Amino acid sequence: MLTLISPDGTVGDRLPITLEEMRRLYADMVEARTYDHKCMAMQRQGRLATYAPFEGQEAAQIGAAAALRSDDWVAATYRDAALMWRAGYPWSLLIAGRTGDERGGQAPDGVNVLPPSITVGGHMIHAVGLAWAEALNDSDRVALTSFGDGATSEGDFHEAMNFAAVFGTPTVFLCQNNGFAISYPRAEQTRSESIAMKAEGYGMPGVLVDGNDVAAVFEVVSTAVTRARSGDGPTLIEAVTYRLGPHTTADDPSRYREEDEAVEWREKDPLERVRLLLERAGGWTPEWQADLETRASDVIEEAVATAEALPQPTAEEMLLRMYEQPTSPIETQLGEIGS
Amino acid sequence: MSELTLAQSLNGALATALESDDRVVLLGEDIGRTGGVFRITDGLRDKYGEDRVFDTPVAESGIVGAAFGMAIAGMRPVAELQFLGFSYPAYDQIINHVARIRNRSNHRFTAPLVIRVPFGGGIGAAEHHSESTEAIYAHIPGLKVVVPSTPSDARGLLLAAIEDPDPVLFLEPIRLYRAVKEDVPELYYTTEIGPLRVEREGHDITLVSWGAMMKETRAAASRLEESGASVEVLDIRTLSPIDAEGIVRSATKTGRVVVVHEAPRTAGMGAEVAAIVQEQALYSLRAPVRRVTGWDTVFPLKRSEGHYLPAVDRIVRVAQETLEA
Repeated sequence: MLTLISPDGTVGDRLPITLEEMRRLYADMVEARTYDHKCMAMQRQGRLATYAPFEGQEAAQIGAAAALRSDDWVAATYRDAALMWRAGYPWSLLIAGRTGDERGGQAPDGVNVLPPSITVGGHMIHAVGLAWAEALNDSDRVALTSFGDGATSEGDFHEAMNFAAVFGTPTVFLCQNNGFAISYPRAEQTRSESIAMKAEGYGMPGVLVDGNDVAAVFEVVSTAVTRARSGDGPTLIEAVTYRLGPHTTADDPSRYREEDEAVEWREKDPLERVRLLLERAGGWTPEWQADLETRASDVIEEAVATAEALPQPTAEEMLLRMYEQPTSPIETQLGEIGS
Repeated sequence: MSELTLAQSLNGALATALESDDRVVLLGEDIGRTGGVFRITDGLRDKYGEDRVFDTPVAESGIVGAAFGMAIAGMRPVAELQFLGFSYPAYDQIINHVARIRNRSNHRFTAPLVIRVPFGGGIGAAEHHSESTEAIYAHIPGLKVVVPSTPSDARGLLLAAIEDPDPVLFLEPIRLYRAVKEDVPELYYTTEIGPLRVEREGHDITLVSWGAMMKETRAAASRLEESGASVEVLDIRTLSPIDAEGIVRSATKTGRVVVVHEAPRTAGMGAEVAAIVQEQALYSLRAPVRRVTGWDTVFPLKRSEGHYLPAVDRIVRVAQETLEA
């Protein structure tokens, strides 16, 4: 398993990026964590529907998205807000989606990020089709799909991996192995030693990476993206990480895991190791940290305000979202719903 | 203009689509080398190339899911599933993704793909190869469900489906693939998705059907006319969005409606037709709306097909009861 930054912030022989880039990734992770905490709080206040926190997985998501080009495709999940945001999806829309508003699924023009998949595993094949289309059109865009360890038990994982390999599509499969499929531990989900090793059976490279190490994730995803962009096909990456919070706000993790385990993983925190590294290199001060947190908080508060300022969606909009042109039954029902 | 079977007409429509639109690609099991289990794509890979017509692994969810991704990225994929009974592994993709992406992205992403599926029984096929579960799909918002029963409709509706900005499930009646012939124009034309086709005008009774059962329905209409009744025959041809106006227009005129379908009766599309008629044409009715359908059984194997499929006699009997009611 590739690790470039140890939990204590020490670095091996190299880093794939400059100190300044490292600071940017750190700032992004701080902003993402601020968003995550805010959403948890808002859900407790009844302002959001169920929320699936990603705390602990910031490095896997920010590191992966940072390796993409702004016009690449992303097909991710309900737990991938940090990844989607870093790929261009605004916080305000992510929040809008969680308030229960379909308009939150509308990525801005030019941002090729699909709305988060809510069903588990069905979206991986979409990144195969997206990438396949780009290759057929001689574009060098790639598609990245992100999913959890749980999704690799779905039959759709097999079909997506197989299609990607068979047709050599420029797809990057990013599995964030966060230890659990809700309550079902990774060790029980598959007898495979790793998820990455499953790639071999499909005839594509499988890479195991420390998912709490933003530099290592950035490096392996960059390699996979380059490989895909040059027409050399797909890669499966298993980023080993840990979901520090519950599956969703409707879940109580104390029913299926020991508190010690989460404490242990907190020591491998993806933000803290970068902070230590930066501090040692003279790239971090308490003032900068305070400044980052204030700015992140301002940005997220503004996104919340934007999302909450969306006008109440109308009944007509609901019906008009089904087809490009309303069909005759929709026309009839528009008449009924308006009366 | 040339005389074509429904199968040849579909093949020609796919060739025309590949010819006229670079965004069109075909994918499915065995559609390249062998031209598909029913040979509908025969010769297309040789003519249009391996980068337009793809043989895929045996994975229906994968086929539909990949086609869905392609469609979002701007292509016009036409996926083939071998039989409606083999569409169920792709059900999740169709319901949860294909039919929904416009809604869940508020029009930002769309899935203009066509899923072609041979359907229906009557050819003595193995289990799962004779399904007629179109109602399951007609129930799904965001999807369109089209069923041609003539060679010229097959061409016009398939080209319309490929042009359509929304996903279309295109059901092809297996029993009619080679059982009907018709002069089909060679030019590019589309047949609007939605409006039904009045196949025969009459004023005493309306027979409503679609797909393969049009054959028995047509024969029943002829028999009834021999005994003096004036029969109107409607080919619904689009199950979603259904042409309620067209059904009501005919029901209002004749006052008697019999729906014929191969699918099991309970919660079948016949119930939808009957509901439309009673909601909007009740006071024009002179008799209850009747359904002549398959039974509420699994589609039987070869030796029992005759027990299951609505026969001309059964349709004539119910129509006569309706005429005499």
